[in-house]
Amino acid sequence: MGKTIQEINERIKSGKAVVVTAEEIIDLVREKGVEKVARRVDVITTGTFGPMCSSGALINLGHPKPRMKIHRAWLNDVPAYCGIAAVDLYLGATEMAEHDPLNEVFPGEFRYGGGHVIEDLVAGKKVRLRAESYGTDCYPLRKWEAEITIHDLPDARLFNPRNAYQNYNVAVNLSDRVLYTYMGVLRPNLGNANYCSAGQLSPLLNDPLFRTIGVGTRIFLGGGIGYVVDRGTQHNPDVPRTKSGHPKRPSGTLAVMGDLKGMSPRYLVGYSMLGYGATLAVGIGVPIPVLDEEVVEAAAVSDSDLYAPVVDYSVDYPQGTGRVLGEVSYAQLRSGEVEILGKRVPTASLSSYSRAREIACLLKEWIQSGRFLLTEPVELLPCPVRERGGGK
Amino acid sequence: MIRRKVVLHFPREKVDKPIVSKLVRDYGLDFNILKASITPREEGLLVMEITGEEKDYQRGLEYLENCGVRVQPLSQDVARNEDRCTHCGACLAVCPTRALYMDSESMQVIFDREECVACELCVKVCPPRAMEIRY
Repeated sequence: MGKTIQEINERIKSGKAVVVTAEEIIDLVREKGVEKVARRVDVITTGTFGPMCSSGALINLGHPKPRMKIHRAWLNDVPAYCGIAAVDLYLGATEMAEHDPLNEVFPGEFRYGGGHVIEDLVAGKKVRLRAESYGTDCYPLRKWEAEITIHDLPDARLFNPRNAYQNYNVAVNLSDRVLYTYMGVLRPNLGNANYCSAGQLSPLLNDPLFRTIGVGTRIFLGGGIGYVVDRGTQHNPDVPRTKSGHPKRPSGTLAVMGDLKGMSPRYLVGYSMLGYGATLAVGIGVPIPVLDEEVVEAAAVSDSDLYAPVVDYSVDYPQGTGRVLGEVSYAQLRSGEVEILGKRVPTASLSSYSRAREIACLLKEWIQSGRFLLTEPVELLPCPVRERGGGK
Repeated sequence: MIRRKVVLHFPREKVDKPIVSKLVRDYGLDFNILKASITPREEGLLVMEITGEEKDYQRGLEYLENCGVRVQPLSQDVARNEDRCTHCGACLAVCPTRALYMDSESMQVIFDREECVACELCVKVCPPRAMEIRY
């Protein structure tokens, strides 16, 4: 057997496609078996919603009159990168508003940064633009101040160089002082264990060898439509894996892009990480076409089959020692307590499982209603295990 | 026997007078101070849990109000902005009373105000800053 993406799209167009979420497929396979499910189901939808620092907005402001070659610019006092063409800007999610006290009074609150500007733009709020230039013969304007909304912008794209990490560390603190990290507050002496993945719902954990997700895959991005444009930065598929081929360490990543104008502030939320910085929580959902049984098998794994490494953020992570204290399953993490070095440690998540579920369900509805068609990737993402022909 | 958490607002002129101690002496109530910010010549704020008989509690409250102290139930102290909460669960790491906990079915964070002692640890730890102090 085997289905093509074209065949699946035909079924979507005729309203006959069978779509299930990555959560629903688990029980379905338990009940009916891989073979039956692979024949019946056309698409599996995934979802994730969590802080993704490597995110930002690529904005074209449109020229004022007279024209301007922007040298420096701020949106709501958050500096944007201007080292590209005249009125193009890149606003990074972790950039802080100018004059923010940062960590001067520790731990800093980091109340407003690039991620918050992006949320405000998407929400349709007015944003204050301030721009400076040295002036040229072709672009004479030197100063520009205006209130803008997303509707005034000729182009506003979300362009995130690294999102949707395939698996991630569980952060703990072995020291005797509180740590303020990008993984949240870590209480001393293994006071808590923080994790950040949607586990069994997470896009890349449902296609561990990137057999279907590649360059050009159309996705749910921030409440609108986006695309996988490349492997993300730090994409590292060469990690230890379980027998089913699922990575046991942070592994693959996605670079994604999409039109900010169709997105929603429910799925792009500015985050403030105490003592660390500002960032953007991004909602992503990736559809997985059921091409064959192997696709179903990989997506049918549950939280109890997926493992994350436990890493100490007092010494090992900051010093880059590479030491892993142990591995715990996402089922254990989600139970609220894990055992680490013989101690029972309460867990907390930075990734919202309920919103990940919401995204997978929404994407399912979009596909069922024929509003969202699948795309054929023009190139698959690098993965030595797959390239060697080893499925498992 | 009842146990209630209240926020007491002291006007500036009452800050330097002994008021709360009388709750024990004259009204037979026990109290446990959860939070206090009283500075001379400014308004004071006291968050406490009062334990005692219902009628003594009512008489005690009357006494406080007669002294010019404004009494507010604590449930208004820390509140959640439902629009901003993304139900990630980052707050679970710091909540000392499990007033914030994850519902294993819906995978949503439940905020049980009855259990909240207004320590405010969640306020700055919440990434979307959904937990707000409301006096």
